Amino acid sequence: MSALVKNAAGRLVPTEINGKPAVPYQGVHQFRPSGRKAAPPIRSCADYPADGNKIVGSLREALERCGVKNGMTVGTHHHFRNGDFVANAVMDTLADMGVRDVVWAPSASFPCHAPMVRHLESGVMHHIEGSMNGPLGEYCSAGKMRGLGVLRSHGGRFQAIQDDELHIDLAVIAAPTADPFGNANGVQGPSACGPLGFALADSLYADRVVVVTDNLVPFPCVPWQIHGQNVDYVVVHDRIGDPSKIVSGTTQVTRSPDRLLIAEYIARFVAEVGIMADGFSFQAGAGGITLAFALYLKELMRKANVKARFIRGGSTKYLVDMLQEGFTDYILDGQTFDLDGVRSMREDPKRHLDTSPFTSYNFHGKGNFASILDCVVLGATEVDRAFNANVVTHSDGVLLHGIGGWQNCLTAKCTILAVPSFRDRIPVILDRVTTLCGPGELIDVIATERGIAINPRRQDLIDAAKRCTVPIRSIDDIADEVNRLTGGPPDAPTLGDKVVAAIKWVDGTVIDSVRQSLNC
Amino acid sequence: MTRQGQAGRQGADVRSDCHVACTLRDEGGIDLEIESKVATMFGHKIRKQVLDILADMNVAHATVQVQDGGALPFTLDARVEAALRAADPSLKRNRWIEAKAGWDTPTRRDRFRRSRLYLPGNEPKFMINAGLYGADGLILDLEDSVAPMHKFAARYLVRNALRILDFGTAERMVRINQGDLGLEDLDVILPHHVHLVLIPKVETAEQVRQVDDRVAMHLGKDHGVLLMPIIESAKGGWFAYDIAMASPSVVALAIGLEDYTADIGTQRTNEGRESLWLRQQVINAARAAGVQPIDTVFSDVADSEGLRGSVIEAKQLGFDGKGCIHPRQIPIIHEAFAPTRQEIDKAQKIVRAFDVAQQQGLAAVSLGSKMIDPPVVKRAMHTVTLAIACGLLSEDWKTKEVSS
Repeated sequence: MSALVKNAAGRLVPTEINGKPAVPYQGVHQFRPSGRKAAPPIRSCADYPADGNKIVGSLREALERCGVKNGMTVGTHHHFRNGDFVANAVMDTLADMGVRDVVWAPSASFPCHAPMVRHLESGVMHHIEGSMNGPLGEYCSAGKMRGLGVLRSHGGRFQAIQDDELHIDLAVIAAPTADPFGNANGVQGPSACGPLGFALADSLYADRVVVVTDNLVPFPCVPWQIHGQNVDYVVVHDRIGDPSKIVSGTTQVTRSPDRLLIAEYIARFVAEVGIMADGFSFQAGAGGITLAFALYLKELMRKANVKARFIRGGSTKYLVDMLQEGFTDYILDGQTFDLDGVRSMREDPKRHLDTSPFTSYNFHGKGNFASILDCVVLGATEVDRAFNANVVTHSDGVLLHGIGGWQNCLTAKCTILAVPSFRDRIPVILDRVTTLCGPGELIDVIATERGIAINPRRQDLIDAAKRCTVPIRSIDDIADEVNRLTGGPPDAPTLGDKVVAAIKWVDGTVIDSVRQSLNC
Repeated sequence: MTRQGQAGRQGADVRSDCHVACTLRDEGGIDLEIESKVATMFGHKIRKQVLDILADMNVAHATVQVQDGGALPFTLDARVEAALRAADPSLKRNRWIEAKAGWDTPTRRDRFRRSRLYLPGNEPKFMINAGLYGADGLILDLEDSVAPMHKFAARYLVRNALRILDFGTAERMVRINQGDLGLEDLDVILPHHVHLVLIPKVETAEQVRQVDDRVAMHLGKDHGVLLMPIIESAKGGWFAYDIAMASPSVVALAIGLEDYTADIGTQRTNEGRESLWLRQQVINAARAAGVQPIDTVFSDVADSEGLRGSVIEAKQLGFDGKGCIHPRQIPIIHEAFAPTRQEIDKAQKIVRAFDVAQQQGLAAVSLGSKMIDPPVVKRAMHTVTLAIACGLLSEDWKTKEVSS
């Protein structure tokens, strides 16, 4: 392990990650790598069947033909969220084939991927680069993983692939519908899940690409969200996922009165400071509070007769209703969180558009949709008095969540974090976040059930909120009140010296590191 | 000799609460075992707090087990004290948990009591943020929402909630139990910042006087604690006026219909024809006694339109307030009790005419060719105040209208 250095955010980070040099975070938009983007190997159509039939008999056969080796990096994707069967099947197959030291690079992991712990323990898997959720996060936090875990945002994964920091040797794409040539989409078939945008970079940059489907259609499969020209082999399975689990618990509107109050405060704030105006845009993803926010905002839009130009998903029934009832011209969707979203994307493709991290989130893009947004409402596990925020660990320091698109969305014109001011006894506003994922200069508003705090850097918003009917308070005021209730701030977690994971910023620099938890 | 006691709730799904079990013994010192969901962050603080309470109550020899699901200090304090007192009723507390300063604002007889939110007295998680929702009153309930086995412990939790939690502008209410149990409730919750006591199932004026006397025993004759008897039986309905007049502390009569309909041998319906007599009786008795008539709770949380209709009906019958069990019901109740635009316009005209009459030293108020009776003026003033409280009229409406 290399020595740790203090980065521009004052956090100690490694300068070497899994044998490769790493750049410490330098500040927002300070790091500009140059050179040329990574590129896939040259292939020739002469090496592929002229009749376009790339179907092979089994996943194992596909992997054998792709060529496997110890220490390879394998990419999978989370379109099925907690209902994914494919990533586990790929890793089980590699284990059967005797492959060792695999680096797993999922676009996100879910509780359904808990069986991966077995492969980490047996030596089949070396470490994870992507996200570590639930049991995988605990395993990593306990210091049991052999390599350093790397957590990246959705945009950061594309950035890392493009600047060759993350090289995918083999990508296996779960496709709800595909043809024998490898054209594939996620909007049709019994396992329909929406767009396949998270797999797009893998399909373009990986050395080998396998499509696994449970709904084979004759050529051509349209729409082709994944282009067959980038695909090496097609495998047909009985079932590649459980569509009922695409709809996860985070896509239900909250019934908690505290969280409903936060949602209501944010909607009123957005309306009263003038963000909600004809032609505006917002993003509200999954999560009980943000869904409720969209519902409250819709009512305020109805009363004020305001229409949005576009809403960014993850789409849900609630956003689809807004599209159909004329509250927005477009939904620009990165992933669908429920089956209404999937149906809308399939049946209304001119207004409900499929977008990928390339267009929305990628640091190496020539601009991003995310920064065009007038406002975005996100969650956080912790925030601090300097408006910094954490999404990957709780106050006990144990890895629990991935970053998702969270970091990438912070560039919106008004970034609002919706958080309860405490959970059970644990205050959410701390003096210093346990793990830094988002710098305070990008976080404009922190909304709690005890009132809304505006970042002092945003004097314009503070002025606009002068006549706001929502309680506007300083972050210190809210934090102090909660500390009185909880009997003071929590003790800092007991952590070992060993660094177990690195948190990447959207530009590929290291914004923070996670140390071993001694309580796991 | 060992004596055992326990308080709180146990189980993996318990949040913001804890369970404390203790065995008092004659020797062996303190043996404290803590299992907490937030041990890494608050383990030390939990241990110190429990030991401090044991010392405060002069307990030197005991085994204590705490199973904590993230309880706030005021909850932990209540659970430990209740468990110890259950083990030995002779134990005394020397120092209560420190009260939040500045919350001891008095209430007023004539304040609005449009909405009152029931909070189960043994459920800390519902109490903590209850002050954020703008209810006119918050009821910490020791009666029907608390299972018999938890009634003892709930008293200490409610007492601590009254001392610690910021209930904002809400009136701090406690519903005590019936009979002697209710009088014992008072012994624990007084003198801890209670504005109003709801007395359940009142059938005689004597029951009200007993409560009043018990409050006076703790706080003196001019105790300032207000009383709201709940009428929920045939007999209570019959004596409603006597009950309302039983003590000058009574400020409102509330009505409860579940027990009443059973009492008169029928069932509750949505139309509510079976309870029309009682509702009108309570309204009439309350008005005759100069106190507020307050309607029962609307318990279907999911049915906001049903609630709205029910409040509009209550307002039309003459009630001043409605009970609720979920914070989301509060804005609906306030909206429905809010005066209509027409009512506000008319009230403004009457109040303005009254002002003119005052300025000109006229005894009679007139609006156009119509004479306005004093009760109508009083009603109009109430409507204007209510409109201001509902945010429908600016506080300085008189000057504003003149300048425009």
